[in-house]
Amino acid sequence: MASDYAHDPGAGAQVLTTRTTVVEDMLNLARKSSVWFLLFGLACCGIELMQTGGPRADLDRFGSVPRATPRQSDLMIVAGTLTYKMAIRCRLLYQQMPEPKYVLSMVSCATCGGLFQYSYSVVKGVDKIVPVDVYVPGCPPRPEALTEGFMRIQDLMMRERWKAKMRPHHEEKLGVQYDVPETV
Amino acid sequence: MALTAEQIHAAVSAKFGEAVGALAPPAKDPFFTVKADALLDVCRFLKTEPALAFDFLEDVTAVDHPKENLIRVVYHLWSYRLRHGIVVKVECDRASPKAPSVEPVWKTADWMEREVYDLFGVNFEGHPDLRRIMMPDDWVGHPLRKDYQEAGGYENISNVRDSSLVEYRRMDDAVREAAEKKAAEAAPPAPAAAPLAPTGTVH
Repeated sequence: MASDYAHDPGAGAQVLTTRTTVVEDMLNLARKSSVWFLLFGLACCGIELMQTGGPRADLDRFGSVPRATPRQSDLMIVAGTLTYKMAIRCRLLYQQMPEPKYVLSMVSCATCGGLFQYSYSVVKGVDKIVPVDVYVPGCPPRPEALTEGFMRIQDLMMRERWKAKMRPHHEEKLGVQYDVPETV
Repeated sequence: MALTAEQIHAAVSAKFGEAVGALAPPAKDPFFTVKADALLDVCRFLKTEPALAFDFLEDVTAVDHPKENLIRVVYHLWSYRLRHGIVVKVECDRASPKAPSVEPVWKTADWMEREVYDLFGVNFEGHPDLRRIMMPDDWVGHPLRKDYQEAGGYENISNVRDSSLVEYRRMDDAVREAAEKKAAEAAPPAPAAAPLAPTGTVH
């Protein structure tokens, strides 16, 4: 979920609310230039995610590299169809990520169930289980689209203040009940 | 030497007689129906008889027929040695479907029968490890039955989704309300509002 300041940036809001100190800008610059994402492909979109990390789209040029563990990740890219069975694991991975953490819903399937919306086994959007910052439509989105979504995550990071990044109760703000027992 | 479907059916019905139904009219996959009691023996015969030699169970699946009150379990067989194939079906009662497991004959039936059990609820008697294989273990119902009704989500995950515009607006509103509430708490209390003018009787 985005910070308090992200929902209504408005004209000039950035200057008023976030450009308070240069130090914060520096911190955010450091954060946005090293967004490590969780290597986590669920379906065919995982292939497109790999393409984005490949030499042509090269997500690495933003300082973003895949990590194989949630404990070292800042960003979870939900790439693919999320089934109920996997949703439990996905939620666990999200819980294991350290704050501040971001979620990018990469594809129609992850955004709303997509093609499989009427299926008995598919979750109707990953925002039913974890808060999502950026939605990237497409089936699958091209690497350029995913890169664009990634840059919107970077924008979010630049707009945030240091304290606002600690978001223990984002579920309440979302108005969605993520009935999550504290695990691990 | 590869046999035709008629020859395979003739060989099986000569051995098992009444337990084997008629050969279906020619289609892409010719099939015949076998009584559930005789299935295991028929399968063993199909595999071990040198002239048939069905060494490969291609697929086990099922079809739900609510009008006939039947679930038909379908076995696709293939002989790599003789290059011929046949389809065998077993009819089960829909209320409590059960069929003998052919896992003792073809080991590959293990997971296929688990899948049919998972999605259709057919109990394979004699199966060594009959558990769900695709759906979560605590899933309710068998999704590929024609009369399957969704249980309304899973593990507190809702299975309802409004149109995107409605959903996202609801989320945006929630975020905005939370921000306003926070701002109101931080701000000094507003002066008391003027009393409302009396209004007409409300019916």
